Amino acid sequence: MKHRRLLPTLATTGTLVMLTGCVPNNTGADALAIAVNSTADDCIVDTATAASGPITFTVTNSGDKITEFYILAEDKLRIVGEVENIAAGVSRDLTVIAQPGTYYTVCKPGMIGDGLGQNTFTVTGESVALSDNDQQAADDAVANYTAYVKTQASELVPHVQEFVDAYTAGDVKKARELFPIVRINYERIEPTAEQFGDLDPKIDYRKPGAEAEGIPFTGFHRIEMDLWLDEAKARYPEENLTALDPAGRRTVGEQLVADVTALYDDVHSADFQLTLGDITNGAISLLDEISAPDGKLPGEENEFGHTDLYDFYANVEGAEVAYGNVRDIALGKGQEGEDLTATLDKQFARMKTLLETYGNYDDGFVFYNTVDQEARNVLGAQLNALSEPLASLTHTVLGVGS
Amino acid sequence: MTTPADIPPTTPTDPSSAAPTPAADPSPPAKGTPSGLSRRGLLGLLGVSATAGFVGGVASVAAAVPRSDSPSVAESYEFYGKNQAGIVTPAQDRLFFASYDMLPTATREDLIELLQDWTFAASRLTQGLDVSETGAVGGSPLLPPDDTGEALGLPASGLTLTFGLGPTLFTAADGTDRYGIADRQPTELRELPLFAFDILEEAQSGGDLCIQACANDPQVALHAIRNLSRIAFGRAHIRWSQLGFGRTSSTSTAQATPRNLFGFKDGTANIMAEDHAAVTRSVWADASGDRGWMAGGTYLVTRKIHMTIETWDRARLEEQENIFGRDKGEGAPLSGTKEFDSPNFDAVRSDGGPAIPVNSHVHLAHPNNNKGAQILRRGYNYVDGNNGLGQLNAGLFFISFQRSPEQFIRIQKKLATDALNEYIRHVGSALFAVPPGCASGGYIGEGLFT
Repeated sequence: MKHRRLLPTLATTGTLVMLTGCVPNNTGADALAIAVNSTADDCIVDTATAASGPITFTVTNSGDKITEFYILAEDKLRIVGEVENIAAGVSRDLTVIAQPGTYYTVCKPGMIGDGLGQNTFTVTGESVALSDNDQQAADDAVANYTAYVKTQASELVPHVQEFVDAYTAGDVKKARELFPIVRINYERIEPTAEQFGDLDPKIDYRKPGAEAEGIPFTGFHRIEMDLWLDEAKARYPEENLTALDPAGRRTVGEQLVADVTALYDDVHSADFQLTLGDITNGAISLLDEISAPDGKLPGEENEFGHTDLYDFYANVEGAEVAYGNVRDIALGKGQEGEDLTATLDKQFARMKTLLETYGNYDDGFVFYNTVDQEARNVLGAQLNALSEPLASLTHTVLGVGS
Repeated sequence: MTTPADIPPTTPTDPSSAAPTPAADPSPPAKGTPSGLSRRGLLGLLGVSATAGFVGGVASVAAAVPRSDSPSVAESYEFYGKNQAGIVTPAQDRLFFASYDMLPTATREDLIELLQDWTFAASRLTQGLDVSETGAVGGSPLLPPDDTGEALGLPASGLTLTFGLGPTLFTAADGTDRYGIADRQPTELRELPLFAFDILEEAQSGGDLCIQACANDPQVALHAIRNLSRIAFGRAHIRWSQLGFGRTSSTSTAQATPRNLFGFKDGTANIMAEDHAAVTRSVWADASGDRGWMAGGTYLVTRKIHMTIETWDRARLEEQENIFGRDKGEGAPLSGTKEFDSPNFDAVRSDGGPAIPVNSHVHLAHPNNNKGAQILRRGYNYVDGNNGLGQLNAGLFFISFQRSPEQFIRIQKKLATDALNEYIRHVGSALFAVPPGCASGGYIGEGLFT
């Protein structure tokens, strides 16, 4: 059976010019051409709507920094096409097979931070048959997920800098507000960071973990302890915890910036390679991070700030992006693939809907110490409902013929 | 995928027999091919809900391998039958009991499929099989195994799985009819009233659904609950659970009377499976009234009864015996000499007082003093470690079956003056309707949805 159900997503066909090192040869001829101008402060796409089918975006860098161009899925997270490393004054092409749906275009001059000029891009018309080339689909999924990891790391660095600046300056109120927000990028790609053995302990170890392994307690949670010192004193009454002085704050702040910068460098190095299995197993690992005894579900991750629901939501988002990258592949695996994707679509939606009853990033989530045991049980039950079928994804993607 | 094969459904247990028939008697299913299996269970593990319906219990299980080459015949009980097993079945030594709540997102279809999946899994587990065909080690190396595997190599060990439906399944606490079955709720299926000396904990009480797993090997009982809980993910989740060891009641005249943690024989005057008249009169619900779907079912009460072990152990022997109304060694009523002597409540001591004190447990609980009310007790001892004061968290996980909760309520109200109350506290309470058994191809609780 080679009839794949067509999806309202944008699939790439050998389009990742810089990553694959080759220009697509089977779609360029008939492709609709759309010009993109990446300027110093905007990302101007010639037209905001297009009919489904092959589209070639010609991205011209008229700014003065090296730029990147991304097409994001409706969640504004998952990358469905991207072109990197466009030098000033240079143009590069990105060709995609556009399926009907809503997307977002964004440029990233300087290749770091949130990007700018994010605009809606709407594709209308009928769905387009996908390629039956499994290898191509796998390569695309890996390339897009790799680009996503890089994007998250590149957003993480300036966010952490802003947070550390506030903290170092003694602006406790602002630092407390930023703490859960700057962790989002990290929590979305946590298993990737853990792949670099020495970085996660420095960036994200909890106090008991650092002490158990006899390493200095640094990173996010060291600063968290300082920001919510009263909570920390109540939790560890015998330890005589004291506030860090300005020099101490500067030391742990600079260390955190250095460590997330090292993470950025690692994922942007040529050695950074992911496989399909890394993506599917990484999705499962992200959910395991939530339910772990020292994780978010028991409220142990942010034991002083009680901002666990932000991390919870970010872990789920990260898992959903990973899943989204291989969803088309899974869907092509017969009845098993159709059943599994239908279940995962439903359970991801239920998980996020349930979490959203507690807030969102913009308005804030409630502090987790206000969530009672019965409510936590329901969160845990829904997490099980999602995790159990997700554990089959690796098999469906890698172990079942299409 | 499984190909349905023409395995005819087995004959349901003889309706005239109240007791489940051991698998080998009279016509056991061929080894490794228990009837009534479908592929739904495996799909259930995936949480797939939309597509395949319940296949009518006729799928092939040719690849299934029993966990033991030769489970002795006494070690497995037929799952299908007029009544559910685990009620008049001779009480096994071990218990794992779990209470579940439905997820807020679960639908009527989810509930039906859950009961179908549980039925499918139970029909395999009770025969000593893995939870699905591929089981613990027969699946893809890229997949988590269907079966959790800790019972590999263990026989069925007399495992019975008994399913119950709580009042909140029919009408939620906020009054909503979540699954369109509120009009089928038996009038007697209501939260039990509060009794004297209750200090109930919400987290150890109630529940939408329950499963009683009894076996002669605790690992087999655990394995069943663990796998059934996993199948329930996305539809129901554990609200509370209880491990029990050491049955505290006999339910067959072939069994010796065991002792509870107070050191006394318990269940001497219990309803015995062999007493068909008593079982029919006091245990099985009939089709009377407007709840025909409960015919052949029963009502299950659980009470987690904490015992203040340390203070009891300091009580004088004569006080202990007066509290129970029996002697500690033989278990005889204080009016007699042998365990099975009928208590004589008119007997007097040399000092003129009643031989069996009027506030003794035996006196208050006896049918003669409760308008004939009798219940089938099937409880277990438990120890949940200790508290921070070095005292054992121990007691009796009381289970009783009765044709109406009123039987339990009447006796429990009578026990308000029980001298035993000084040494016990009821900390958990639940009531469930136990539907009748089902035939191969059906599922537990099906009468509710037809």
